[in-house]
Amino acid sequence: MEHPAIPINVTVNGKARAAEVEPRLLLVHFLRENLGLTGTHVGCDTSQCGACTVHVDGLAVKSCTMLAVQADSAAITTIEGMAEGTALHPVQEAFQEQHGLQCGYCTPGMVMTAAHLLETNPEPDDDAIKHALEGNLCRCTGYINIVKAIRWAAEQMRGQHASS
Amino acid sequence: MSTEQSNPDSLIGASVRRVEDPPLLTGQGCYVDDVKLPGILHVAIHRSTHPHARIVSIDTAEAAAMPGVECVLTGDDIGNLVLRAPMVAPGMNMPDHPILARGAVHAVGAPITAVVAESAAAAQDAAASIQVTYDPLPVVTDAEAALEDGSPLAHEELDTNFCYSMKREGGDVDKAFAEADHICRLHMKSPRVVAMSMEARGVLAQPDPARNELTVWLSTQGPHRARADLANSLGFPENRIRVIAPDVGGGFGSKGCVYREDVLVCHLAQKLGRPVKWMATRSEDFLTTCQGRDQAMTSELALSKDGKMLGLKVRVVANLGAYLHSATAGPPQRMLVMAPGCYQLQDVRVEIVGAFTNTVPTGPYRGAGRPESVLNIERLADKAARDLGMDPLELRRKNYIQPDQFPYRTGVGVEYDSGDYEKSLSEALRLSDYDQLIRHRDEARARGELVGVGISTFTEPSGGAGFESGAVRVERTGQITVLTGSSSHGQGHETVWAQVAADKLQVPMENVVVRHGDTTAIQQGTGTFGSRSAVMGGGALATAADRVIAKAKAIAGNLMEASPDDVVQVEGGFAVAGVPERNVNWRQVAGAAYAKGTPAGMDPGLNETAFFDPNREAWGFGAHVALVRIDSDTGELTIEKLVLVDDIGVVLNPMIVEAQVHGGLAQGLGEALCEHMVFDENGQPRTGTLMDYAVPRASTMPPVVVGETETPNPFNPLGVKGVGEAGTNGAPPAVANAVMDALSPLGIDHVDMPYTAPKLWRAIREARTAKG
Amino acid sequence: MHPASFGYHAPRSLEEAFGLLREHGEDAKVLAGGHSLLPAMKLRLTQPEVLVDLRHVPGLSGIRVDGDTLVIGALTTHTEVSTAEAVRRSLPGLADTASVIGDLQVRNRGTMGGSVAHADPAADLPVTLTALDASFVLASSEGERTVAADEFFVDFFTTALEPHEILTAIRIPLPPSPARTSYAKLPHPASGYVVVSAAAALSVDHAGACAGARVVLGGVAGTPHRAAATEAALTGRTLTPEVVAAAAAQAADGIDPHADSYADEDYKRHMAVVYARRAIETAAARA
Repeated sequence: MEHPAIPINVTVNGKARAAEVEPRLLLVHFLRENLGLTGTHVGCDTSQCGACTVHVDGLAVKSCTMLAVQADSAAITTIEGMAEGTALHPVQEAFQEQHGLQCGYCTPGMVMTAAHLLETNPEPDDDAIKHALEGNLCRCTGYINIVKAIRWAAEQMRGQHASS
Repeated sequence: MSTEQSNPDSLIGASVRRVEDPPLLTGQGCYVDDVKLPGILHVAIHRSTHPHARIVSIDTAEAAAMPGVECVLTGDDIGNLVLRAPMVAPGMNMPDHPILARGAVHAVGAPITAVVAESAAAAQDAAASIQVTYDPLPVVTDAEAALEDGSPLAHEELDTNFCYSMKREGGDVDKAFAEADHICRLHMKSPRVVAMSMEARGVLAQPDPARNELTVWLSTQGPHRARADLANSLGFPENRIRVIAPDVGGGFGSKGCVYREDVLVCHLAQKLGRPVKWMATRSEDFLTTCQGRDQAMTSELALSKDGKMLGLKVRVVANLGAYLHSATAGPPQRMLVMAPGCYQLQDVRVEIVGAFTNTVPTGPYRGAGRPESVLNIERLADKAARDLGMDPLELRRKNYIQPDQFPYRTGVGVEYDSGDYEKSLSEALRLSDYDQLIRHRDEARARGELVGVGISTFTEPSGGAGFESGAVRVERTGQITVLTGSSSHGQGHETVWAQVAADKLQVPMENVVVRHGDTTAIQQGTGTFGSRSAVMGGGALATAADRVIAKAKAIAGNLMEASPDDVVQVEGGFAVAGVPERNVNWRQVAGAAYAKGTPAGMDPGLNETAFFDPNREAWGFGAHVALVRIDSDTGELTIEKLVLVDDIGVVLNPMIVEAQVHGGLAQGLGEALCEHMVFDENGQPRTGTLMDYAVPRASTMPPVVVGETETPNPFNPLGVKGVGEAGTNGAPPAVANAVMDALSPLGIDHVDMPYTAPKLWRAIREARTAKG
Repeated sequence: MHPASFGYHAPRSLEEAFGLLREHGEDAKVLAGGHSLLPAMKLRLTQPEVLVDLRHVPGLSGIRVDGDTLVIGALTTHTEVSTAEAVRRSLPGLADTASVIGDLQVRNRGTMGGSVAHADPAADLPVTLTALDASFVLASSEGERTVAADEFFVDFFTTALEPHEILTAIRIPLPPSPARTSYAKLPHPASGYVVVSAAAALSVDHAGACAGARVVLGGVAGTPHRAAATEAALTGRTLTPEVVAAAAAQAADGIDPHADSYADEDYKRHMAVVYARRAIETAAARA
């Protein structure tokens, strides 16, 4: 049965976007298919893996478990919106510096979750980092360098903050 | 492990940061599902809900009439499309493996009907509406049960569940056993596990009817092999297919073969004349992608009373699942060459048998038979030590192949290239503070706590499976392009191959670009699996680089009016030996190479390709130590310490090598602690989603120390051995031995992995009940 | 996976929402955070015709103190509950519960109302809310009624909520200080859902004896299970380790848990004892 499309207005990576979407369209598919922002990945169908993590109004959420219509009037940041020009976000930089990625598929979700964590807790210990990563699966790295990268990013961000 | 560069002048051994990372970190990666083509159609597949049944009827009428649906196809509609697997042994039984079911299904998830539609959602809607009527048939899920007389048959058309068997024997096994003082026996099962690459499988095919060509984006570990397999299944010329492996989100062995959906999508694209895509959902990936392990091993180790290993008998029964993929019969064969481990065992008999069951097919998964082989001999070594009242270290040391015995031919007729097992063991003992661990364990045990220490010392082959190719092309401006047949999907070849080429050619790494994963761009290739890339891809690249350098020297000599014998490599180019001011750079040499500057009789150009096959595998080794604690009230297992020392010969990039060890370890710990693909007695998967199947999370990882020793491989141009599977092969047996050590005061002999809390709790409870 | 197609409404008031529920009856589902409903819809385990999204209905979110009661709006997220100062101070067991639901992302979107209305027998909040003697405010066009936790959870995925009703708030009586509430959970290693969990709410009189105890188990039945024998064994006693252990040992009395692919019945029964003890110990130690 066909259902009427619903108009939505969202801000994605700072840019206003208007669209008419099918109610069942998931936010992740809206980002990937409608807006061409394919950095946000789908890794499972049970809300477990976190590869689809984006920020909605400043909070890390799983965009596979949210309807695009639920995002109406929200501000969304995806992995594509993290770097400023060619300057990587400290978490992105940390993942390269500490070799926190291999195949790269989980990486956007990891970065988005880590960035959210560091906004709410600028000095997480390893247990806090691991707790924050409960909803992000990685199959390549064994997480060891991911945890290291987030710790490193936290240090960089504190340093930047102190010097600014 | 040091991440510092060992030789500051050399890029080999430097922890260079990865050039792959910037796009992957900024959302600019391009995986199959990210490829956008106009007019694309999407496939959804209606799959069997029965593990074994005849198909009585398929009703597709509602689906065909749904909005957006282009067509609905059953097995009858697509003709005689099948997947073929190689015959690995005489008398091998090979059941039909149709792309869509024809008449019967043999596992839950077997594809029955394909729906092609304008959107993935529309395709899924239509696939969900299809009604299939089944006539259920008896089911078998366990391989050992499948080989018993009277077992239900996994395939009605075969009169047996037997697929193939192979045997290998060396020395005089019966004599060794007759002379033994003690025979240590063990029966164990490795748990069936799931590769679970974060990117599920996917394929996109774009036909070009006017040119009679087909382009396929495939999430694969080996585009060239995939192309040949697609050509064979489709009956379409290999040289008219282009397979592109774009960014690939992990594979771990499971993406080494072509699957039914891959053939199906190519077929549909050609039939419909439009691009067609299929992306597995995670649930589909659980039901259709080759799974790992699931081998039952029955072993006997003959020993003298002072702990000398005299002979070994191993029988493997491997669960192959319902269908044969190209490498399904591969992993069990590892036992044929690996059974003796690092021990001087000349009297060895190994038999492997593969059996069909109504389950998901198995195949290579990180380690691919190595973890089972290491687990077998290392559990045997520990149990033998316990049987004889010996220290497990002493028993191992007594039987090690000694450094001066290499190359060493084992009882199963394999030649190990090099090794120093005492060296890696000593390093692991040092890093783990082993004596202190033992004291800690003994004190805890005296308090009634379940604490155990386990070791595993192992050797692992890498780098087999045919050739690999590498090409080094110096472009007209002196820039370097490397073309490799290895197919990186997270391993960092773009970085490491650039390091190797830059080091060889003495140019800045930034001047080197590495290309891979495209059958049109790359000569030929085998791919990345089985810890083979550094050994094979690296070997091919080094060989090609040497050839380019030799030719460049001749051209440089021509340019400098010097004999090629007097030309030496210098930073950025060449010079006349002893006369550094007489030099040319790569740009000048390349310019000459492409503009009539080659010496008389020499072809123009500066582009060399090597197909490399040393006709032997590289035998890395290592020693892993685990300290574990078990909460007897809950069965919960805690790994308190884990030390991994691996010897993989020369280390090209320590940062990447260490991370390979981490990743392999995590998958090994998954198998040891929590991962288990379970089918109930009716053949239904009980752990077919990430809600039921537990993969390690960040919090699963224990404190880990990674160390190394370096014993160069004398048969490799770079001196390297493979590392990708080290953590998966070595660590689980160390954990298993530690768990059994912890449980030894209760008289528990063996428990199979994974060591979930409920399983250990039950084992403890039953042991205590038995003890009264 | 894509959910099956459905119609979508985002009413601006409760009255409008009631009208939609009346109009669509059992074909409609109420959408809060969607973290119970959408996963089931993606796997097509449920296919509602219409979703009524409460996101624009005012007054359904937030935490406030109403006399001796804490009132939590149905749309309040788990993150908001776990980090709210009022909850951390007065109901630490509830904050602990909300902080171990799902994962960080799930807690950022998932809501208390959505979770309890879904009544998953492996969910966390029903266990703790039963221990805290919470009650549930159910609104409809006919007015409001308030149902106690012991009556709200009826069976597997079934509550006292009628199809035309909307859960608007959860009311939790504030315990006297110190708030001796706690939650202990054995999570499933894959899903993170409850294998077995226990919540405890204790009150201790001025003489140091337990004046009242509610000990509730999760994961062992279709609804949160009051461990009556354990509660009785605590009441009137000074909470020494021996008393706690002896009381917890009775936690599995009368339960009949279901085996699953991870844990068998015996293990769950034993874990009921272990986790009841842990929860009681933690609650007793709060000061």
